[in-house]
Amino acid sequence: MAVSFICFIIFRFSGDPVITLAGRYATSQEREMVRKAFGLDKPFYVQYVRFIANAAQGNFGKSYVSRVSAFGLIMERFPATAELATSAVFIAFTTGVGLGVLVSLKPYALRNRFIMAGSLVNISMPTFLTGILLIMVFAVYLKVLPPFGRGETVTIGFWRTGFLTVSGITHLILPAFTLGMYQLAVLLRLTRAGMREVLTEEYIKTAWAKGLSPMRVIFKHALRNVLIPVVTMTGLQFGELIAFSIVTETIFQWPGMGNLLLTSIYESDQPVIVTYIMLAALIILSLNIIVDILYAYLNPKIRYE
Amino acid sequence: MNKRLIQSKLLYDYLRDPSALVGSVILVVSILAALFAPLIAPQNPYDLKEVSLEPFLKPPIWMEGGEHPFILGTDDQGRDILSTILYGCRTSLIVGFGVLLIACSTGVSTGLLAGYYGGKLDVVIMRLADTFFSFSTTLMAMLMLGLFKQRSILVVIIAICIADWVKYARTMRGSVLEVKEEAYIMAAKATGAQDLRLLLRHVLPNAIPPIFVVMAVDLAVVIMLEATLSFLGVGVPLTEPSLGMMISIGKDYVYAGMWWMVLFPGVALVLLVAGINLFADWLREELNPKIEKER
Repeated sequence: MAVSFICFIIFRFSGDPVITLAGRYATSQEREMVRKAFGLDKPFYVQYVRFIANAAQGNFGKSYVSRVSAFGLIMERFPATAELATSAVFIAFTTGVGLGVLVSLKPYALRNRFIMAGSLVNISMPTFLTGILLIMVFAVYLKVLPPFGRGETVTIGFWRTGFLTVSGITHLILPAFTLGMYQLAVLLRLTRAGMREVLTEEYIKTAWAKGLSPMRVIFKHALRNVLIPVVTMTGLQFGELIAFSIVTETIFQWPGMGNLLLTSIYESDQPVIVTYIMLAALIILSLNIIVDILYAYLNPKIRYE
Repeated sequence: MNKRLIQSKLLYDYLRDPSALVGSVILVVSILAALFAPLIAPQNPYDLKEVSLEPFLKPPIWMEGGEHPFILGTDDQGRDILSTILYGCRTSLIVGFGVLLIACSTGVSTGLLAGYYGGKLDVVIMRLADTFFSFSTTLMAMLMLGLFKQRSILVVIIAICIADWVKYARTMRGSVLEVKEEAYIMAAKATGAQDLRLLLRHVLPNAIPPIFVVMAVDLAVVIMLEATLSFLGVGVPLTEPSLGMMISIGKDYVYAGMWWMVLFPGVALVLLVAGINLFADWLREELNPKIEKER
């Protein structure tokens, strides 16, 4: 609610949308007509109440540029972004935690030192650069993966998915890796640090002494205790993930929400921007709740009243 | 140099830590390069008198078609890549330190007040900070820049600050809450010290070390953020040099095999950020003895 108020105020006062709407060369009469049509002639508080009332019903107003519902416009793009983001988190989480465990077992092996050095470079590399470098290597020189677009999609209900076609999957690989790469390095470092700490604990020694298999000791006894900060970090980074999905979508011309937002920023299409912010806030909020529930699963000591 | 510094553990550890040395050397070299860019750079890429469109899209000097004095080649407008990188570093560092200065002072003072006085003030500031934090600095800065109509380096700095002060406020508040309970603060209170004196003389100096670490890490983050924003076209205006914008221009030529317009600014950016990160890693270990060495 607070978010809605702040962004409404900001957008209301950041320049007059009438000029964008009616075009720069419109006469003052035309401008008045546009102002009335979009309800921009009403006082500020009337506009806000109407905005909230409509938003509660999923109606965020019409896009100033394309004149269709802003919410519909964003929802149409939502599946593409959702698929990209989930693939990215999946890649980051499995590879990051996996490599982190691997490195922590033999921290001074040459191979593992290389992995750590790589992760430093990776952390220092902005997402857009990772994306362009991946395009350079895999699309321009090796010509094995497509550099942009989403490929063929299959429509199931309202959801257009790229998971079901070969071209959809190949188009997904590069963007998903680009988006996942930053998180990957962070998670790797976190897992490694945590594992090194946990592996010296008494209960791990006990587990070894009991003669449990290495897999069981490492994954059941050690990793489970490390996962809590790792999951927290993943949760905290959802905001970053959404931000970087904007960058990734721009580079790969991925037809998602982020791409839409950027175009809307260029064109000062306020309803779309406001809807995007509200939706982003909603997504971040619900994901954080999911993370909280995951805690209870990972650590039985945490119980919610 | 005074004796205390020479004999200090800080300096001793610093001189024996290769990654800290490498990191700070990179940082110092970049700062010097940025400061003296007009002297070192073969041309001023944003002075129309010096740039001609003639030698556009030239490859680096060691490749076929390379031309003197364009050591690293030129971009689509005939600007020397090396010079533009030097001038771009300048923008990166101005934005980086500018944000550090403003965001840090705002964040530290709000965090100090919120942590020390608690109550309603604390609730309001921290609720605001949490909202900002869950949105993430990058997203917040992007949205802020979406609002501002004019573009200039100052606008970029302000937009990033609005999103960035939160980190400092949260760190400072946590640190103040710890320090507040210490015996020496109570002792100072007992001697009848004024609030202001307590805050500035006793709480602030003891609560500030974690802020140094946040600053070091943040410098790297902000420089990357500025590059990202400029890459997306919502950052510094076209008339200012920026590493992010160079990469954005070069991106379109990658498909044609002209890699140098992306790779060189990219390498410069990664080197700068990695250098700062190395230094920050060292500082974090040094200032926090509780953290084990390898983190």
